[in-house]
Amino acid sequence: MELLLASIIGLLVACGLYLILRSRTFSVVLGLVLLGYATNLFLFASGRLATNQPALIGEGPPFADPLPQALVLTAIVIGFAMIAFVVVLALRARGELGSEHVDGLDREADQ
Amino acid sequence: MNHWIILPLLLPLITGALLLVSARGPLRFQRALSLLGTGALLLVAVYLFALANDDAIGVYLVSDWPGPFGIVMVLDRLSALLLLLTAVLALGALLYAFQGTDRQGPVFHALFQFQLLGINGAFLTGDLFNLFVFFEILLIASYGLLLHGGGKLKTRAGLHYVVLNLTGSSLFLIAIGILYGVTGTLNMADLGRVAATLSPEDVPLAAAGAMLLLVVFALKAAILPLHFWLPHAYGETTAPVAALFAIMTKVGVYAIIRMFTLFSHDGGPLTGLVEPWLLAAALLTLAAGTFGAMASLDLRRKIAYLVMVSIGTLLLAVSLGTQAGLTGSFFYLVHSTLVTGAFFLIADLIAKGRQQGAMITEGVRPAGSAPLGVLYLLAAIAAVGLPPLSGLVGKVLILMAAQQTPWLGLIWTALLVSGLLILVSLARAGSYLFWRGPVSTSDHAPSWPLLTPAILLLSTSPLLVLFGGPMTEFAAATAAQMLDTSAYIEAVLGQTPISPRIPLEAP
Repeated sequence: MELLLASIIGLLVACGLYLILRSRTFSVVLGLVLLGYATNLFLFASGRLATNQPALIGEGPPFADPLPQALVLTAIVIGFAMIAFVVVLALRARGELGSEHVDGLDREADQ
Repeated sequence: MNHWIILPLLLPLITGALLLVSARGPLRFQRALSLLGTGALLLVAVYLFALANDDAIGVYLVSDWPGPFGIVMVLDRLSALLLLLTAVLALGALLYAFQGTDRQGPVFHALFQFQLLGINGAFLTGDLFNLFVFFEILLIASYGLLLHGGGKLKTRAGLHYVVLNLTGSSLFLIAIGILYGVTGTLNMADLGRVAATLSPEDVPLAAAGAMLLLVVFALKAAILPLHFWLPHAYGETTAPVAALFAIMTKVGVYAIIRMFTLFSHDGGPLTGLVEPWLLAAALLTLAAGTFGAMASLDLRRKIAYLVMVSIGTLLLAVSLGTQAGLTGSFFYLVHSTLVTGAFFLIADLIAKGRQQGAMITEGVRPAGSAPLGVLYLLAAIAAVGLPPLSGLVGKVLILMAAQQTPWLGLIWTALLVSGLLILVSLARAGSYLFWRGPVSTSDHAPSWPLLTPAILLLSTSPLLVLFGGPMTEFAAATAAQMLDTSAYIEAVLGQTPISPRIPLEAP
């Protein structure tokens, strides 16, 4: 299971980074989403993987670490809000700069 | 447990919430409320500063949960100093915003207060994940403030800033995950304690996590090569926002100092991990900032590069890793934040008085060029580090601290040459702005309410010289406290909750 999770996180990071480095805002936003997913999975795995274990102390020694679960919940909420914001900003940039390029205005302004 | 420690968070939170509710209300009311909140924050910061002046470290257990399990707020000398600095800078920026900036959008004041909440939280928190949360609060408010007023250039600079910082947040979470996976704790004091006793096979992973943290903080502090967002963001945004943002890069520097002094606790295996990297990055940041400032044709852009120069100078002092180095860096931090804040306001006043704006080209001299010229001259003297203003004291402290190191020649050359080049660049800009072309015929000379915030912020520079003795002593005591990590760890982990705990019982 560790191998599977690690490869999935790696794949998500690779795709996310590739998309972030693209020049159109839409791809960049998608890249940020994928990177966010990878980060959340990574954070979750930092408490070690345990199957079918309650996240409680006091039920016997094998239990899932509850702290990363709490952390990842916070991270998901914050990440979701941030993505919503960047989507709105990207739309506004598309409208104001008249182009979907991340540097929008640059080419016309330079010429 | 002193409940005053939580007030720098509660005050802006409550003020901001009230302002959000009254966002459609009369602007006069919003201004009064915002001023009241910021003024009260200044008073609280002064009280906390006096409180931290004895060597005790104040620890506040949120919800009375003891560390390392609950979230702790820690008030030591450095936090108190930075809280006070933030409050003074915020008051200056806010007074300037009253002169029209806050009319350009509906929620300026609410965002301003949330920005203060994020900054104060980052300075006070003693928990790494909580630091992430406060970084996000600070960032989301800064996104709004950066875009305040609208315009194509702001949108483009804002987009870059937001995307970079979102990527940075992901890296921050990965670093937190690694450190938690290795050490099993996220309380900063506990991290320091565990880092000193890491088993050898855990050291590389912990070092990777720590270095990743450095990357995140370097992005916040705009250290080369992660500085590309700064000149655009600071150069395009409105003046009071740029002035307030003068403290934002310092948040990154603060986080670097805080985390890496703790990682070096007790000569553990992570000691000396970042110092060589910091030295190289600081020299490059200093050089890039200097050349950027020389090349800028826009005064606001030039000052944005001066922010980078101040970060480079600060990091040079921090990378020495000695008490003398930290003393110099704390003095320089206070000076550079207030002076660049004032400089942004002055540049805006100059831009308002000319058709060419802040572009450094031959054109009409700004209206009311006599008071503006004097202010520009004083700000330039302070920023470059010429006598008699505070830049000199800060730089001398750093230069003297560098005497003990093998890198003496390199550091002295970099700092002095950078100072000279910036002097030339600012002198050239000043002569273009104030000595060439006809005097503006418009009678839009800046009125006293417009000039006051800049004068207020700039007047701290001679004050820092007048009270140079006590200020340097305070900085030295702060540096000593930062390096005495054992006292910090003991204070944080030793704080007992008020109410007795019910012991856990296994069923």
